[in-house]
Amino acid sequence: MAQEKLYGVMAEFDRAEQLIEAVKQVRSHGFKKLDAYTPYPIEELQHALGHEKSLLPRLVLLGGIVGGVGGFLLQYWSSAIAYPLNIGGRPLNSWPAFIPVTFECTILVAAVTAVLGMLALNGLPMPHHPVFNVRRFALASRNRYFLCIEARDPKFDAAKTAAFLWSLNPTHVAEVEV
Amino acid sequence: MTERRWSAEEERYRAPAWLDRVQRRALLLGVFAALLSVVGALLSPEHFFRAYLVGFLFWIGIPLGLFGISMLQHMTGGGWGLVARRVFEAASRTLPFLALLFLPLLWGRRSLYVWARPEVVAESELLQHKQPYLNEPFFLGRALLYFGVWLLFALLLSRWSLQQDRSNDPHLHRRMQILSSLGLVAYMLTASFASFDWLMSLDPAWFSSLFGIHFVVGHGAAAFAFLIVWMRRLSGTEPMADVVAPRHFDDYGKFLLAFVLLWAYVSFSQFLIIWSGNLPEEITWYVHRQEGGWWWLGIVVFALHFVLPFFLLLSPALRREPARLALVALPVLVGRWLDLHWQAVPSLELHAPLLHWLDIAVLVAIGGLWLAAFLWQLKRRALVPIHDPHLQEALADA
Repeated sequence: MAQEKLYGVMAEFDRAEQLIEAVKQVRSHGFKKLDAYTPYPIEELQHALGHEKSLLPRLVLLGGIVGGVGGFLLQYWSSAIAYPLNIGGRPLNSWPAFIPVTFECTILVAAVTAVLGMLALNGLPMPHHPVFNVRRFALASRNRYFLCIEARDPKFDAAKTAAFLWSLNPTHVAEVEV
Repeated sequence: MTERRWSAEEERYRAPAWLDRVQRRALLLGVFAALLSVVGALLSPEHFFRAYLVGFLFWIGIPLGLFGISMLQHMTGGGWGLVARRVFEAASRTLPFLALLFLPLLWGRRSLYVWARPEVVAESELLQHKQPYLNEPFFLGRALLYFGVWLLFALLLSRWSLQQDRSNDPHLHRRMQILSSLGLVAYMLTASFASFDWLMSLDPAWFSSLFGIHFVVGHGAAAFAFLIVWMRRLSGTEPMADVVAPRHFDDYGKFLLAFVLLWAYVSFSQFLIIWSGNLPEEITWYVHRQEGGWWWLGIVVFALHFVLPFFLLLSPALRREPARLALVALPVLVGRWLDLHWQAVPSLELHAPLLHWLDIAVLVAIGGLWLAAFLWQLKRRALVPIHDPHLQEALADA
């Protein structure tokens, strides 16, 4: 068993507060590659995990700018350059009329970027993940809270890390096979 | 009526003493500016009345907006509004005082509204046609109706909320919710009609069906901007320091963002519809506002009321920091006032100077007096509704 390759070591907690406290402890001991699993979103957990800096907001902003500028230029090009028509004596570049479509294009491209960017960054859809090798992990979608320290962390050592996790008062600690 | 003894729970949330000091200063400033305004009124009644109309509409928008938000919060719930409910209620209870401040407008009606001048109506077929609606007795009757509806809902809600503090009756929570659902509809309708009567009819030939919602959305933006400024000051000392948390300010910031967005959306929609139609009776309103300094003032309004707050409020870090959030809220208030000025004054005199000293004096006069009334009402109760069933989860340390 000890010879098998591990994905990480996982601890199980009864209450959300215990998990958040454990995450803080683990991070203060210098572990970097860890993740927590809970039945429902917990805002405080995100801060504790230090997951605040995501690339996604910047991608979405970029998508919005591209959509807005592109939407406006598309209309400008078609009404003022490609097919210049005199409509009701209005100028060819009737920008007030272009605003609704510009706005919609901004939202459209930003929203599509958000969905695709999210998928690209988190690797979904993912049919299987090593954490499911732990039988009790099914409880993560019911009433238990899990914390996993991954083997790719430079400080990881299967026995020592498991012992350290036991010191945080979990109900179970299990090795996660790849 | 003698002052009732406060319970220990209420005592815990008694308003801090520094409110007295601010109230005194506001009153002093208000009285001083009011005296100055009276002098101005004698020198130049026309400038006085137009400044008064804009100042009045600006200040009444804040308590009306807070009154609307309080009803919204009764219906939706949410910790952000629970910790601010006493600010909403204190502002709502200033509405009788604002009803008194409406009286000078009746006095100046002929100076402000051309449809109230018999000699003008006699020569205009259009005004004669509109006379069944735009006439003095009906105008007064409608104003009485608006204030009557606002006072009914505002005072009843405020009273039940106080009863809840004292009696801990669980039915009051539901009763306030039901009253709010009716009150919110009534407020939207009456405030829309008030905007037609008091502001849109300055140019009786012009009309826009988006005008009412534009006015109400302006109330929402001004109310949240005011709320941010006050909650920031209140949260600086006990007892509110333990009540209001950064996450509450985050919510206020998001609401303000939503309202400035909605304001820009409605403003632009109104413009786009009229610009596309290009009909003489509608477009002249905008043509006049493109002349001379009005064009630039319009751009300033758009910048203060939309561009600046929109981009700054996108930042979650800024929204969670009360001091910086208040710095974003203040320009919105200035923008709101200039927006009303920009809508009102060109209808009265196109080549008027952009700002008259009376515009500022009257604004400060009404504002100082109103703020004193607001703080007086705020001090009369515990600063949080102590028996609301959701209070514990709303508090900062929860």
